[in-house]
Amino acid sequence: MTDAFILDHVRTPRGRGKSSGSLHGVTSVELASQVLRALRDRNGLDTALVEDVVLGVVAPIGEQGANLGRVAALNADYDERVPGAQVNRFCASGLEACNQAASQLLAGQYELTVGGGVESMSRVPMGADGGAWPVDPAVAHKLHFVPQGVGADLIASRHGFSRGDVDAYAVASHHRAATAWNEGRFARSVVPVRDVNGVALLERDETVRDDCNLQSLAKLPPSFSGLGALGFDAIALKRYPEIERVTHVHHAGNSSGIVDGAAAVLLGTREGARRTGLKPRARIRSFACVGSEPTIMLTGPSFAAEKALHRAGMRPNDIDLWELNEAFASVVLRFMQVLGIPHDRINVNGGAIAMGHPMGATGAMILGTLVDELERRELSTGLATLCVGAGMGIATIVERV
Amino acid sequence: MNSVVTCSVDATGVATLTMDLPARDVNILSAEMTDALCSAIARVIDDPVVKGVILTSAKRVFMAGGDLELLSALDLDGDPRAAYAAIGRLTELLRRLETSGKPTVAALTGSALGGGLEVALGCHYRIAADDPTIEFGFPEVTLGLLPGGGGTQRLPRLLGAAKALPLLLEGTRLTPAAALAAGVVHCVVTRDAVLTEARRWLASDEASAVQPWDAPNYRPPGGTVWSAPGSQLFYAANAQTHARTSGNYPAQQAILSCVFEGLQVPIETGQRIELSYFVKLLRDQTSRNMIRGVFGNRQAADKLVRRPPGVARGKVARLGVLGAGLMGSGIAQVAANAGIQVVLIDRDETQTEAGRQRIATALTRRVQRGQLAAAEQEAMMARITATTDYAKLADCDFVVEAVFEDRAIKADVTTKAEFATSAGTIIGSNTSTLPITGLALAAQRPAQFIGVHFFSPVERMPLVEVIVGEATSEETLARTLDFARQIRKTPIVVNDAPGFYTSRTFGTFLAEGLYLLLDGVQPALIENAARLAGMPVGPLTIADEVGIDVNYRVIRQFQRDLGSAFQLTRAHEVSIQMHELGRLGRKTRAGFFEYADGGSKRLWRDLAELYPVSSEQPAPGDVQERLLSIQSIEAIRCLEAGVVGSAADADLGALLGWGFPAYTGGPLAYVDTVGAAVFLQRAERLAARHGERFEPPQMLRRLAASGGRFHDTPEKVAAAA
Repeated sequence: MTDAFILDHVRTPRGRGKSSGSLHGVTSVELASQVLRALRDRNGLDTALVEDVVLGVVAPIGEQGANLGRVAALNADYDERVPGAQVNRFCASGLEACNQAASQLLAGQYELTVGGGVESMSRVPMGADGGAWPVDPAVAHKLHFVPQGVGADLIASRHGFSRGDVDAYAVASHHRAATAWNEGRFARSVVPVRDVNGVALLERDETVRDDCNLQSLAKLPPSFSGLGALGFDAIALKRYPEIERVTHVHHAGNSSGIVDGAAAVLLGTREGARRTGLKPRARIRSFACVGSEPTIMLTGPSFAAEKALHRAGMRPNDIDLWELNEAFASVVLRFMQVLGIPHDRINVNGGAIAMGHPMGATGAMILGTLVDELERRELSTGLATLCVGAGMGIATIVERV
Repeated sequence: MNSVVTCSVDATGVATLTMDLPARDVNILSAEMTDALCSAIARVIDDPVVKGVILTSAKRVFMAGGDLELLSALDLDGDPRAAYAAIGRLTELLRRLETSGKPTVAALTGSALGGGLEVALGCHYRIAADDPTIEFGFPEVTLGLLPGGGGTQRLPRLLGAAKALPLLLEGTRLTPAAALAAGVVHCVVTRDAVLTEARRWLASDEASAVQPWDAPNYRPPGGTVWSAPGSQLFYAANAQTHARTSGNYPAQQAILSCVFEGLQVPIETGQRIELSYFVKLLRDQTSRNMIRGVFGNRQAADKLVRRPPGVARGKVARLGVLGAGLMGSGIAQVAANAGIQVVLIDRDETQTEAGRQRIATALTRRVQRGQLAAAEQEAMMARITATTDYAKLADCDFVVEAVFEDRAIKADVTTKAEFATSAGTIIGSNTSTLPITGLALAAQRPAQFIGVHFFSPVERMPLVEVIVGEATSEETLARTLDFARQIRKTPIVVNDAPGFYTSRTFGTFLAEGLYLLLDGVQPALIENAARLAGMPVGPLTIADEVGIDVNYRVIRQFQRDLGSAFQLTRAHEVSIQMHELGRLGRKTRAGFFEYADGGSKRLWRDLAELYPVSSEQPAPGDVQERLLSIQSIEAIRCLEAGVVGSAADADLGALLGWGFPAYTGGPLAYVDTVGAAVFLQRAERLAARHGERFEPPQMLRRLAASGGRFHDTPEKVAAAA
């Protein structure tokens, strides 16, 4: 079977996802276009060789609607023969797009594709695309819908993670991200976002706080106790009646940040690499996407990781570095507990708690971060994974070449 | 041609349709009424002379709603399309009327409930009489149904989903003033002026034959369901409804779905969606159980089906209440509310004054909430004499004793009350556990001694368990039942036995919670499973709220009463152990739970040291099954032993007395729903695993063998037993 390789990847810095954020004035299509242009320009890429651009977008409505993959490719002045598609696997969309782009190579149909994603959460708010799941009464009842934050608190309640545990994890995320920035570990992949005159609008992730500490986090009120009291706690307990109550430990400081950003990953077969003259950086060893219990919602990563490991004939010990999207601190703590992963091998450069989670793009960003860090540490194998809405999980295993 | 709906057309072309169902106190949408209404509506639509229509009633009630008998007569297990056709007829005709181009007025001189309000909403203009006893609302949800005649479509189109949903989901009833404020009716005038106003409107320029939702560019108030406020509304309502019902009450979700789905399509499509959900609910066992359990059984009890015939109807003019505590003052309050003069007695002034004050405070709260006129409060307080003087009982026709659950004290006050009253006075003992026959030993006139077990809080709990002692006369029973209705309580009649019916059967729920604890089931799972099964609170919560000491005293009482015949169970031992530890429940801020300042509580952390948690936990469904089944088995035993006289009373007492979940229809209807044969197997399985308390009673075995049910043929069941 053909191999799929990561040839290069870029991402934008992540801007605070509100009207005061540095990227709020940039349209979603422009954010996506800038990473596509960067991928082309820094590699001298003949875009006519690109056979598909697959972009993840989680709220594909308004300016993010109508197939941003094709529109951004055209807007980035890619060759008009390059098609594009938009995919939505909720929070995994960016990694899903990369996996689909890799699938086209692995299926033997294409030689060179782009995966990636974009989300301007300041411009197209989370949930702007509606959806039957929480709103349609028949569906919400049947699926025992509860919001993700209550699911995250439910994980903490089931596993006995205290407010102190999740806050300590959050502090580490900020400190690791700050260190990574200070040591230039992101320098190779982050491209500044510029205005129409080329003036840089943002060069670094905007939400990292190196002064983050337990005392300041302790002051933040829990974010989901109100929703819990509205009825979602009771629905959660209907699924998990062995728990006395849901303890609400998550808040803005230990959950992923709402941000704007985009990422793109160039993938190719050996033949694709040859045509572009680029050297493969990592091989896709396996990937998997799974469904799990949708009410607790966020336990999918361990199951997805296990499936991808099984597919690759590997065990957790065979993985040198892990990237798990920091949707909520409890998601990572549980994952580490279930698979027996030490803290110093997972999210070593921080994650979405510090840098934010631009939903459509995050999966592609952490895949890129994983490759960069494997190279820097001269390690071999890495696994990127995300928890996904409605109980899904996704994982991709890469190996340096 | 038909006298059910008369039609008269005046010179100006105004047709007045007057509904008047023969031989009934109220109009309901019976087959007869539906036929008459449909043909009358068709006639005024087709008659070119008719320019406008007034729909009104000759009775005090405009229309009380659908006909439950008619619904139960439908073949619901066959092709649902037959039910669609039968039920959808009036709905279609109302739609024709509102789009006929002829302005139509509902002249609401009386209450319009359920189907009655749906008919009114099909009119273009609604006028209500300013009588505060008139009610408008959709009570269908309380019977496990939804308004199936366009109610879930027109009300949200009229008010917006945000205002309509509470009325549909809670069955709230509105006075004319409240209906006007909510926008359900257009104007409120004096009763005499209703028809005049109807004619004035029809003759005026305001008269429009276009419903708001048929106007061009119509948008539902508050926005479409997919607007930001719309989806937020359903997001929250879904959560609240699911949490409140634990998914046990399909009608609530169906109502949400009718409104949500219906508002996205034209009203005709919405009505078809509503009809399909309505028929789905009708076909579901839940609505059948609720119609019988919540409505049928209670109506029968309120009609005093168990009242001995041939006794003249009694009326209490003056009531004595012994003991001015929580129960005594509650009983005094409901009696005064029913216009009865009350003598409230306790042993000292402090007690009597405290009782009086408790009533005054409760009434003041009702006045503040606008539920009671201030003058009415004064009148009620004036009816209550609080005193320590037994001589004041002289003219009382009925005395309720509500003193401490202690034989000696009860005997003492009984003697004093008998001495102070005349030969005809009935003494009713409000006891929850002490056998009446034993208490009657202290009475000089045991034939006039009876048990009247009220539930707390008396003002709100509708049930009275009337307990017939060995010596209690038929006349005493009849007059006691009359008294119960006089104070607007629903009575069930039971025979004397330890714990009677309600305390005994409810006690098995509490005990099963303790057995589960002893079996190593996680306490949180016990509590959550009870709530998920539909019980108002879990057994450990109940134990703490009632007080472990109360339980402990009952155990000791049984030991004294029954001597060696009393078997101390493992569940009893849990109560005794907790009592020894001084963990008496909420009152000591320590029981199965521990209580923090400010009222919050959590399960006692060290409970697992006393009752270790097993590494293997049962499925939540199995815990629910145990908690409900034990109550059903005990109820069957009570019916078998004649402790409770009928399946209807057994189920009613459970629903109203201790909050047995209404969706089941009651502990016996629950067995019917599961099926006697299947339930028998379950009981045998549970008995083999957990002990003889689950041992199936003979009555259940016979029923399972004969394929019978508790509710289809109660007489046969009783005979078989």
